[in-house]
Amino acid sequence: MAEVKENTTPKPAAQSAGAHEPAVTDRVHVWPYLVRNEFICSIIVMVILTVWSITIDAPLEEPANPTQTPNPSKAPWYFLGLQEMLVYFDPWFAGVVLPSLIIVGLMVIPYVDVNPKGNGYYTFRERPFAVTMFLFGFFFLWISLIITGVFFRGPGWNLFWPWETWDPHLVVALTNIDLPAWGPFKWMGNPKIFGVEVIGFVLIALYFSTAFVFYFLRRDTNDMIRQLGPMRYGIVAFLFLTMMSLPIKVVLRLAFNIKNVWVTPWFNI
Amino acid sequence: MPNMNELKKRIVESQLWRSMFRHDYPDTPRNRVLQIMANVWLHLHPPKIRRHAIKLRFTWCMGGITFLMFLVTVVTGVILMFYYRPVAEYAYADMKYLQFDIPFGMIMRNMHRWAAHGMVITVWLHMFRVFMTGSYKPPREFNWVVGVVLLTITLLLSFTGYLLPWDQLSIWAVTVGTNMARATPFVGSEGPFGEVVGVTPRYDARAFLLGGTLVGPPALLRFYVLHCIFLPILISLLMIVHFWRIRKDGGISGPL
Repeated sequence: MAEVKENTTPKPAAQSAGAHEPAVTDRVHVWPYLVRNEFICSIIVMVILTVWSITIDAPLEEPANPTQTPNPSKAPWYFLGLQEMLVYFDPWFAGVVLPSLIIVGLMVIPYVDVNPKGNGYYTFRERPFAVTMFLFGFFFLWISLIITGVFFRGPGWNLFWPWETWDPHLVVALTNIDLPAWGPFKWMGNPKIFGVEVIGFVLIALYFSTAFVFYFLRRDTNDMIRQLGPMRYGIVAFLFLTMMSLPIKVVLRLAFNIKNVWVTPWFNI
Repeated sequence: MPNMNELKKRIVESQLWRSMFRHDYPDTPRNRVLQIMANVWLHLHPPKIRRHAIKLRFTWCMGGITFLMFLVTVVTGVILMFYYRPVAEYAYADMKYLQFDIPFGMIMRNMHRWAAHGMVITVWLHMFRVFMTGSYKPPREFNWVVGVVLLTITLLLSFTGYLLPWDQLSIWAVTVGTNMARATPFVGSEGPFGEVVGVTPRYDARAFLLGGTLVGPPALLRFYVLHCIFLPILISLLMIVHFWRIRKDGGISGPL
């Protein structure tokens, strides 16, 4: 392996403007060292795929019949996280706004993450916030919702344990209420002191205003906020609070049977 | 018995051979570089690479496996296209023909489907790896954006293909998926402010997508065209950009 270590400095002209490739001295030839790995990896993957395809057939059910709706109707498994969000949000929010925000939110990551550390190697300590957020969103929200949708949802989109038989006639009492009609807020909504729209609007405004409060309290002491600047901080805070609205609504629903926070004639959140 | 060395020499020095292979094979640094640079398929790679980049624990090989899965779906998909007709009367029957009549039809369909599912998983794991190594950081920001678009197209490719078997699983999964379009604010008939714009169930975002008010024959044809022509071309173009930018942005990421 001694002759592998051939040192070259990359030509600056070979890189686009802005590419700050350091003068790396430890380089190896792609042929054979990388091509070999790719070749072996391809063979292993193809063997697994071929054996898998020989042993397990792709599913094929009865012919399409628009008059016979199966219960439950499930989207493809990779979209079951989105379908699961429908339990907690209205379709326009769970099916359109949130997926769009997931895509846009992923795209803006490189532009709002101004931390120069952790570029090109695994580290948690040097970028705890970024890694925590990503792990939370990826595993706790996206993957766990998919697992819930695939394995724990049966007829009527009711929760079933995998070992329970799906009872299509299971009656689950719908006791969900909207937040303005719930405990502490009841006196405002009934008799109507404020319009129910106002209660939800104020609560959501308060929720998002925590970002402003945090900004003005901490901007002098917190390095991260100073580095982000108001614009980037605003984007991060908005995406963060929007992401956290999902677990908040899950808890509100499961613990308090609260369906919507903000109820208006046009939309509910 | 002619001298084998003599014969080999005559072959590799012939005009035909030299016109195809511009360099020798013996293991010299120059030939190692030419092996990559002079090969249209391999010149995707740089001739040399940082040592950590060939380690499996750094890349997980996930980008490459995703590309391999894509190639498998292209090859098997083209074979399936010979036998599949995107017409409501025939589509399901063609699935049965693939299974029972066509030599290797079922294994082609299986490989196509499992590679597609595999590609969804590997593209997520690839994104996960890229995030965990901070490889989206400057100067690779834009390639991350391209990657997110590629991830989205991968999901759309898989979703449009989901309808094509035209069985109960397909149409109801796609019904559930496309019902979301109906709830789009302003352009969906059941979305907020839909009435303001004046969209109706027959004339909104979902009807545009499906070519009707339910998942019927027009939707099958639309999804077929999207699945076999539009999205593959789009994803191929963006993959070219994605791979090219890895090189242009300074190669695979690594500690500064």
